[in-house]
Amino acid sequence: MASETARTQPKPTSRPDSRPTSERPAPVTPEPRYIGKSFRRVDGRAKVTGATLFADDLAFPRMCFMKLVRSTVPHGLIRNIDFSKAREVEGYLGSITGADTPVPFGILPVSQDEHALCPDKVRMVGDPVAAVAAVTEDAAVEAALAVEVEYQELATIASLEEALATPEPRIHDYPKEGGNVHKAVSMEFGQVEDALAGADLVLEDVFFYEGSTHLPMEQHAAVAVPEDIDRLTLYSSTQTPHYVHRALAKVLELPPSRIRVVACSNGGGFGGKSDPFNHEIAAAKMALLLGRPVKISLTREEVFYCHRGRHPVLMSMKTGFSKDGHILGQHLKTALDGGAYGSYGVASTYYTGALQTVTYKLPAYRFDGVRVFTNKAPCGPKRGHGTPQPRFGWEVQLDKAAEKLSMDPAKLRLQNLEEPGRTTANWLQIGTMGLRRCIEAVVEGSDWSTRYGNLPAGRGLGLACGSYLCGAGLPIYWNHMPQSGVQLLLDRSGSVAVYCGEAEIGQGSDSVLAAITAEVLGIELADIRLCVGDTGFTPVDLGSYSSRVTLMAGNAALEAAQRARALLAEAVCDLLEIAADHLVFADNRVFDSSDPENGMSFQEACVAAEAKFGTLSTVGSYIPPRSPGKYRGAGVGPSPTYSYTAAVIEIEVDSETGLYRPVHVWIAHDIGRSLNPVMVLGQVEGSVYMGLGEAMMEEQAYRRLPAKYSSSLVHKHPSMLEYKSPTFLDMPPVTSYLIEDPDPEGPYGAKEVGQGPLLPVMPALANAIFDAVGVRIDQVPIQPHMILRALAAKARGKAARFGPSSFPEIDFGEILHVPTPEQGGDGRSIDDYRHKLRSGMRSASGTMTTREEALEKHGKLTTD
Amino acid sequence: MPSPLNDFTSLVLEINGERRAVAFPSHHTLLEVLREECGLTGTKHGCELGECGTCAVLVDGRPVLSCLVLTAEMEGKSIETVEGLAQGNELHPLQAALADLGAAQCGYCTPGILMAAKALLAERPDAERKDIEQALAGNLCRCTGYHKIVEGIEWAAAVMRGEDAEPPHHVLYGEPEPAAAQVPVSAPGAVSEPAPNARLEPPKGQNG
Ligand code: FES
Ligand code: FES
Repeated sequence: MASETARTQPKPTSRPDSRPTSERPAPVTPEPRYIGKSFRRVDGRAKVTGATLFADDLAFPRMCFMKLVRSTVPHGLIRNIDFSKAREVEGYLGSITGADTPVPFGILPVSQDEHALCPDKVRMVGDPVAAVAAVTEDAAVEAALAVEVEYQELATIASLEEALATPEPRIHDYPKEGGNVHKAVSMEFGQVEDALAGADLVLEDVFFYEGSTHLPMEQHAAVAVPEDIDRLTLYSSTQTPHYVHRALAKVLELPPSRIRVVACSNGGGFGGKSDPFNHEIAAAKMALLLGRPVKISLTREEVFYCHRGRHPVLMSMKTGFSKDGHILGQHLKTALDGGAYGSYGVASTYYTGALQTVTYKLPAYRFDGVRVFTNKAPCGPKRGHGTPQPRFGWEVQLDKAAEKLSMDPAKLRLQNLEEPGRTTANWLQIGTMGLRRCIEAVVEGSDWSTRYGNLPAGRGLGLACGSYLCGAGLPIYWNHMPQSGVQLLLDRSGSVAVYCGEAEIGQGSDSVLAAITAEVLGIELADIRLCVGDTGFTPVDLGSYSSRVTLMAGNAALEAAQRARALLAEAVCDLLEIAADHLVFADNRVFDSSDPENGMSFQEACVAAEAKFGTLSTVGSYIPPRSPGKYRGAGVGPSPTYSYTAAVIEIEVDSETGLYRPVHVWIAHDIGRSLNPVMVLGQVEGSVYMGLGEAMMEEQAYRRLPAKYSSSLVHKHPSMLEYKSPTFLDMPPVTSYLIEDPDPEGPYGAKEVGQGPLLPVMPALANAIFDAVGVRIDQVPIQPHMILRALAAKARGKAARFGPSSFPEIDFGEILHVPTPEQGGDGRSIDDYRHKLRSGMRSASGTMTTREEALEKHGKLTTD
Repeated sequence: MPSPLNDFTSLVLEINGERRAVAFPSHHTLLEVLREECGLTGTKHGCELGECGTCAVLVDGRPVLSCLVLTAEMEGKSIETVEGLAQGNELHPLQAALADLGAAQCGYCTPGILMAAKALLAERPDAERKDIEQALAGNLCRCTGYHKIVEGIEWAAAVMRGEDAEPPHHVLYGEPEPAAAQVPVSAPGAVSEPAPNARLEPPKGQNG
């Protein structure tokens, strides 16, 4: 029953065995107390009582409020900023401009192209040009509105096509190649031309995937608390306190040791709080100048300007198949509309190609990608980071191939599955691979074999798959240090404190740390206290992105807890006179596995260990395995292991109106092992929801205002009402299968679940529409008018399709040739050396050279 | 220009059964006064424009978007916020159910959803799934996909009706993998505790 005491803690499942020891009973192996059980998350109570403190809930003595003055023009030079009217506002305390924050920053070492406040130029509506502080938030708003800014407007670039066709004016003065192309890559693994020439069926499709935004329910907020003229703490809604820490140190020009960043519980992130943000840095600067705490809380409209969401991507995909349905090779081209800043964009560009190879065997693969700058809110990582777009194209194209080859789409996928332990053509190392079981589960669950292709007109089923990283194999900046660290502090009270730099963004990372620690030490969650996401007190964890925390911080916690247990065991052995490997830690006790009566409480064990060793603390850390890829660009894609997902969606389409409705979703996720199934299901269902939003309605889209206003390039709908997202009424029933096949890289075998389950949703929906009404919609979001247009085309005997018609001619730069493992390659490109010489400065890219190259170049470990 | 400080209102509010005197700028909404003057930060905001449901509280038992009402109109009304749900240290069944099902992931939408759900169940203790979905259609949640919330409310409703209810197995553990699909890959079953990260050095010194 749902009373306060119900199921807060699972019942203890083993009790000390009281049989007489003379029988030498078999050792007791305790059942897991938490791992694999659906326990209440450790922050569950605080979240349902309103006790959880989000950044905007914080208040400090003498705290004042800051607002940003944001650009009203999409592209222009700042000519003058006049604060005279702002100063008149009662409560006005001070203001700063770009002159106060001249040092640029950015999440990737290669794209340091943002400023806390724009020094001379604005690149989008919403760019911050000044900040004002006042005693109350009302006064800060009024003062910010009273600031007068003069701009000299520049021509704006609104789209991918415009960016490619308009080298001047440049939005940024980098890269050195000129124009408004931010990044271009071209790489080939194996001989794609040959593979396509030998194919019985070659499909060539163009797809478009519209941008969408994270829309976390919590708007970003931050509070900067000065502690001295050169020392402060910043509390923020951030997924990546470590990177914010680095950016603050850089821009404020202070030693990082003087700065502490605390990640408050995030009210949702989804990638939207993974960059260091201008408002965080401006608040810190203002706090240092005013000598009092400064809070900034963004409005919903401002959150739309922060963005960093899904890139709009135009794709061309050409794939060859044999007539018996084997995939022979693929040439993928992607073009990303990056918006006004670099953000994670270089990595995003690579991600639109990197994971095409991990689901199905792809013997030859070519990937060309380009990212351009436009005068819109910058794009970056949103759940699935760069991979949902090509995954959409790939899974829809497979459906088309099955149709052409008269094969069942499930069978086509099953016969091409990548294998566990193999190295892909682009040198990614596959770990465990549960996709076969995932496909079989959703096929069985949806009764696919009898219903697919046989449902009445207007009803259809669609199948798609996906895969995602369990943590990016490489950090954002080059170093040889752990990606995650955990410290435990134990004392005579029997309490255990867990310190870790991870950020709880709702995904449940706190519960993962607590459960692993409790399981190893045989104690209860309530005996554990957590201190997380605090750069002043916790070991570094790189943050909550790339689905890395369960695997990386989980492994670090496991190691720290095992070391703590070893210490306690050593002390207990002395007292009980038994060998350490006979000890069991369970039910808050430490006891002899063959004689459970012979033991002591966990607290007594702590006392014994503290007496023997002194103050008790252990650490654990995690470094991912090295990836076999050594070519330039091999840094994006590797992961300790990959999760897999398959989904079937049933849909109902009204061919009169084009309106459609998903009726049911079956989804199976290869989780490795569920640490807490009910929380895993929450991530699966949340991913289905967010995927449906992208597939059906969500658009971060811009328009030019009519010339009679200003011709300005503005966000179409920076409000929650008009940015359509699914409500309670829009969610279809979801049947979820958790496929368990413990992965040796994961803690207790666990893989990720936060992002992977989103990937199959969009293509499964598009494929279901084809089964229902026989038309292909090659873009998302899929809107009713697209279905109607495609149906009309079909009726006229034209291609039964809606989608982009062509992919522009793009110079992707010099191609990098990398022999595949099957060709006997060594992970390097054949033109490695030549290429490096020619690409000059570009290889300074932090993420894009290999670890070996970077270390060779710097001749030492780097921290920057 | 007249100072905004001259335009304030003072009155007595009744919040969660407790009466208190507050003074606030006259144009401030109930959301602002709850959070800023009363220190009740459990009520959240996602838009301040009546679009997200995050700020829902109960006024005389009816759900109201606190970002859209002026506090000056709240005199003599009974206001309930998430802080008033638990009885002493005992969670309300809605709170317990949502906590147990992981229906509060980031937890930011949760206070508004709890209040809207409380109002629904007060009016319709037998509310069915479609009633719940309808009643909560104005509350957005970006994390959960809504199902765990609906299942939690159904469970709590049953408990509040005095039924000895438990959530169905699939809600907590997912649908069992269809038998036909079961392919033994590596030994499932009991948790085998993984070895420490072999790539790292073993503990050094007595305290690792
Ligand atoms: S804050 Fe969004 S509806 Fe009130
Ligand atoms: S739990 Fe995060 S928005 Fe609902």
